[in-house]
Amino acid sequence: MPVQTRSERFSSTVHSEFPEVTGREAIWKYSPVDKLRELIDGELDGAPYAVLYPEAAGTTVEWVDRSHELVGAAGTPEDRAAANAWTSFEKALHIRLEGEAETLTVTRAGLGDAPRAAHTLITAAKGATGLVVLDSQGVAKLTENLEIVLEADANVTVVSVQEWDDTALHLASQFARIGHGATLTHIIVSLGGEIVRVNPSAHLAEEGAEAELYGVYFADAGQHLEQQVYVNHDAPHTRSRVTYKGALNGDGAHTVWIGDVLIGRTATGTDTYEQNRNLVLSDGTRADSIPNLEIETGDIEGAGHASATGRFDDEQLFYLQARGIPEDEARRLVVLGFLSEIVQKIGEPVLEARLHEALEAELQAAR
Amino acid sequence: MSTLEIRDLKVSIETDQGTKHILKGVDLTINEGEIHAVMGPNGSGKSTLAYTIAGHPRYKVEGGSITFDGQNVLEMSVDERARAGLFLAMQYPVEIPGVTVTNFLRTAKTAIDGEEPSIRHWGATVKDAMGKLRMDPSFAARNVNEGFSGGEKKRHEILQLELLKPKFAILDETDSGLDVDALKIVSEGVNRAHQETGLGVLLITHYTRILRYIKPDFVHVFVDGKVAEEGGPELAERLEDEGYDRYLVAQA
Repeated sequence: MPVQTRSERFSSTVHSEFPEVTGREAIWKYSPVDKLRELIDGELDGAPYAVLYPEAAGTTVEWVDRSHELVGAAGTPEDRAAANAWTSFEKALHIRLEGEAETLTVTRAGLGDAPRAAHTLITAAKGATGLVVLDSQGVAKLTENLEIVLEADANVTVVSVQEWDDTALHLASQFARIGHGATLTHIIVSLGGEIVRVNPSAHLAEEGAEAELYGVYFADAGQHLEQQVYVNHDAPHTRSRVTYKGALNGDGAHTVWIGDVLIGRTATGTDTYEQNRNLVLSDGTRADSIPNLEIETGDIEGAGHASATGRFDDEQLFYLQARGIPEDEARRLVVLGFLSEIVQKIGEPVLEARLHEALEAELQAAR
Repeated sequence: MSTLEIRDLKVSIETDQGTKHILKGVDLTINEGEIHAVMGPNGSGKSTLAYTIAGHPRYKVEGGSITFDGQNVLEMSVDERARAGLFLAMQYPVEIPGVTVTNFLRTAKTAIDGEEPSIRHWGATVKDAMGKLRMDPSFAARNVNEGFSGGEKKRHEILQLELLKPKFAILDETDSGLDVDALKIVSEGVNRAHQETGLGVLLITHYTRILRYIKPDFVHVFVDGKVAEEGGPELAERLEDEGYDRYLVAQA
């Protein structure tokens, strides 16, 4: 395949405009495509579904029509499954933040096992601040698009928690457009589900836009957890940090991280760093980790990437054991600590505590 | 009375160039409440001694023994040694991402004592100990050693020494990289532990500077994996004047 700049990848909202998926494409070759055919090509239920959320000041949640002016404002599907979702959804769930919004958690737990499409919009008004948690649980076969649109000077955190049942299949494209001086903190937590592929992209579209993209995942035996991250530096003095950390345990546990960063011609003064770290806890696992950095201007502040996949750091174990902590407990602390570093970024104590417990449970099961 | 006894200790490590013999028969006896300084040029095996006592897997014991109140230390795991009352203040403490100082200290204290410290008193005890080492309270919420300066790492080591209350402490170049103020604060911490708990100390250092603040009862000079000379505090003064050249020349 010819080398192609990331920004020129084909995109369309129309399913039929994408060629058939063979499983050899760059964006599919790490995914178990044969188990995803229903989502890639099948007929999808695009009707609204049950969502749970509390009242939170500064936020509104409503179903809007496909014709809503902000649908499509943040991005366009780059794969056939995302386009299938786009073609099929009937209404979009619109979460709006204004002023100093209170923390909002939106939960969906009853999607069921019929193949489904969804579309979610999170939009923040000029200068708005807030934290939105999208909490996914239960059974699901879902392909979806999420758009995040931050107007100037907004400062918003979006946390996408995938704690699905073991059988769930989930493909998501998450597009963010970050405006002048705005900051997005985006955190993916993928723990449950048979196949969970969440691909976030951040378009730093205007001067001074910032994105902090984090992810934490824990793959058990037979579980496939994937994330293809794309940061598009498209304006002067934009900044991004990408940090994804994962643990793998058990036969057939597979994780994929692809991190694409593009520094466009106009993106002078860019400051970017991306990293992926994976901790392997048993034999029979596979962690794919592929950072890509594409630079079209020489006038930047800094650009770097790092990727490391390995077993325990014996020096950390030694340090803890030298303080009397038994080996088992020391390992638990190291793994939890390794993953908690991302959870600590959320800044929402109740959710942090819940995710901590979930990680403890994953580790318990890993023994 | 507690005693740490090292007899004819021989230790090697594996390197890319093959097996390297570092300790070539070390004898050392430390009684409770005594302060021993182990001094010597770089590469003489001082740190190897420290890590071997603590049980670091990199160091292979080829011969000799380490006993602690009659127990065979060499048969104990790293954490068993710590729970028996041995403590190593490390020269290069590692970062442990995502584990806060508070969580770490409580977990270690629980492991050492075999029970959780009293919720009522523990917080105040930690705060008080941090105050004495001039550590900002915000330290407690930081991740272990992450982003700590050299001086902060050393204070954090001594904080653990004071809170975990071991019977013997090995201080591996605790003075390296410290300015005078930090050196004083850290030394005061060691002296407090020594006075309050009758701690035995094995103080490993290249320089005599720290011995102005922590007074040794005995000084051992290490050269090429062996004790080349032993004496009282006066030996340290002599080293201050003459350095290690005398031993190196004799060796040559």
